[in-house]
Amino acid sequence: MGVLIKNGRVIDPSQSLDMVSDIYIQGDRVREISKRIDTPRKSDTVIDASGQIVAPGLVDIHVHLREPGYEHKETIRTGCLAAAAGGFTSIVCMPNTNPINDNASVTEYILLKARTEGIVNVFPIGAITKGEKGKELADIGEMCEAGCVAISDDGMPVTDSGLMRKAMEYVKPFGIPVITHAEDTGLSAGGVMNEGFVSTELGLRGIPAASEEVGVVRDIILCELTGTPLHICHVSTKGSVRLVRAAKKRGVKVTAEATPHHFTLTDKLVYGYNTDAKMNPPLRTQEDVDAILEGIADGTIDVIATDHAPHSQDEKNVEFDLAPFGIVGLETALSLSLELVEKGIITLEEMIKKLTVVPSEIVGIERGTLVPGSIADLVVFDSGMSRTINPGEFFSKSRNTPFSGWELKGVVSNTIVSGKVVFSRN
Amino acid sequence: MAFSKKHILGLGELSAEEIKIILDTAESMKEISTRDVKKVPTLKGRTVVNLFFEPSTRTRSSFEIAEKRLSADVLNFSVSQSSVVKGESLLDTARNFEAMGASIMVIRHGMSGAPFVLAREINASVINAGDGSHEHPSQALIDIFTIREKKGEIEGLDVLIVGDILNSRVARSNIFGLRKLGARVRIVGPATIVPEYFRDMGAEIFYSLEHALENVDVVIMLRVQSERKTLEYFPSLREYSGLYGLTREKLKLAKEDVIVMHPGPINRGVELTSEIADDPGAAILEQVANGIAVRMAMIYLVGLGESL
Repeated sequence: MGVLIKNGRVIDPSQSLDMVSDIYIQGDRVREISKRIDTPRKSDTVIDASGQIVAPGLVDIHVHLREPGYEHKETIRTGCLAAAAGGFTSIVCMPNTNPINDNASVTEYILLKARTEGIVNVFPIGAITKGEKGKELADIGEMCEAGCVAISDDGMPVTDSGLMRKAMEYVKPFGIPVITHAEDTGLSAGGVMNEGFVSTELGLRGIPAASEEVGVVRDIILCELTGTPLHICHVSTKGSVRLVRAAKKRGVKVTAEATPHHFTLTDKLVYGYNTDAKMNPPLRTQEDVDAILEGIADGTIDVIATDHAPHSQDEKNVEFDLAPFGIVGLETALSLSLELVEKGIITLEEMIKKLTVVPSEIVGIERGTLVPGSIADLVVFDSGMSRTINPGEFFSKSRNTPFSGWELKGVVSNTIVSGKVVFSRN
Repeated sequence: MAFSKKHILGLGELSAEEIKIILDTAESMKEISTRDVKKVPTLKGRTVVNLFFEPSTRTRSSFEIAEKRLSADVLNFSVSQSSVVKGESLLDTARNFEAMGASIMVIRHGMSGAPFVLAREINASVINAGDGSHEHPSQALIDIFTIREKKGEIEGLDVLIVGDILNSRVARSNIFGLRKLGARVRIVGPATIVPEYFRDMGAEIFYSLEHALENVDVVIMLRVQSERKTLEYFPSLREYSGLYGLTREKLKLAKEDVIVMHPGPINRGVELTSEIADDPGAAILEQVANGIAVRMAMIYLVGLGESL
């Protein structure tokens, strides 16, 4: 059994490849990429990718799968379906489930569920501290052994700098990175949206840009101190971009991600108390968006990640202060990233790079490449075809997106994981 | 000119024309209050619910009297006797009252934007009676109505708002309304609660009460809201009162015919001295009296709009 993808424009930044060619997949591996491959066997599936892009399956290193504990928002199964529909073949999930993924048994549970019910690869992130409470280290070594690819207390930043340092030192021999949600919670306390003119008009408590930047600066300094690779989640401010750029310049082992919503939207979207515009870090100003775009263009921002954060409609349809932070992103990320290409911020190849090989390298997974012999995770998409975002058609269990009704380009036609077509749109 | 808004959620959303319509209507309503029988049948058969998720005496009573003078059936819902303590959501609570036939909902809520949730999801008209730190449109309309009564015109006046601007819904509504009607607005208070962003809303920022008072026509004193944790923004009430408390001496810096207002309840000796609060020239109790007329106008206009 094999899969032959014909006549697609194959773009694989891991081998600087961009040409119209055929790809032959045998079993779970990429066998061959060349100008013309004839079907070797009758049982092979043939996909005509004429006029479409064929790329390594997308890799999202910032996803909330909600299982165990919050299955009404998302399950590993629905999260994987959403990922496949969005062109993602690997998703890296945050530990803030219930119970928190702070020990090997939760890690094993997630991996078992993913193997039996998931249709894409799931790589868990373990917590930095027990219960994400910021008091004592979680079972980092055991979780690493069980399959965690990084540690993070996403959403509940470790406020004790001494403990954060210990975590970074301790994790170093295990060879996995620390992923930080950088935030000084003293500065952001009680905040529900970006602090600025809009929050002032709306009478909502603000989260100043400084709360993120103080967090970024602390973690960069601890990264320099410990030498442990640091990845900064969802950069949302101009100042953070500047800090990461300066750190990289002096050789600090730091990488950074931006989400499609942070490089697309501003805090003006909160007007009318729109809870689908509520996330943490919050939507900022146009000046911040411009700085993030600049960071994406010059490489300061290494990765595009979604921070896919499903919440049910009942949870979101409440007073703004009470609504949980977060929006779904897996099924809109590719289209919003293609906007960057359309606007001339980056090339298509650079975009794919930030969604495949770079995130894979950061968390050390052997994905994001089509080099013959590698695992056959691929996406086939039409970058020119338009669609209207309709949350009613999402595979995710949740619909909390601010992009409903947007007309965007980019339609995924096939998603292939380990040589199997897991999603296909006719 | 007809009033076409279904809801009154804030002065930020109203045009200068719409604000004037409410003020003019309030004038006619005030006349009703001078009659022997202080009641008109306008809203007979209509049900108005006062949904109060935050304690309030004067605003709730004032709305209730206004509703009764318009002959509406009035239902009062306050949080202590509510199902909210049982975990019911705001929307479910409102939908229940809607099912009982309520066509106008007056809502007071501790969180900014709560009335917007109702306006988005239910069919009844929504009147914001104060939401978090966002807006308190009826209070600002009362202030503006009172100023207009005393000064004849809003345009060209210099109005000073003193105190906790950051956390004050009265301040925001007044800034929106007064600016739209052509007044100049100054704000003054400790730098922690007078953020720079208010400059973009059209207010001039001061940190010295003495400087801010120079030649103003109107002073609106805000209450120090200890329930909104205002106290963490400055060292002590004593220091606050020394710097920003209004005394007769300081008031001499303002225009001779200055009027002093306070949305109440007053912390005597903190925001202003008793001699100012009780001065026959102060407009504080007039504000309360005008409150009924202004609220009648608000209810009348959204109620009428609905029947057209």
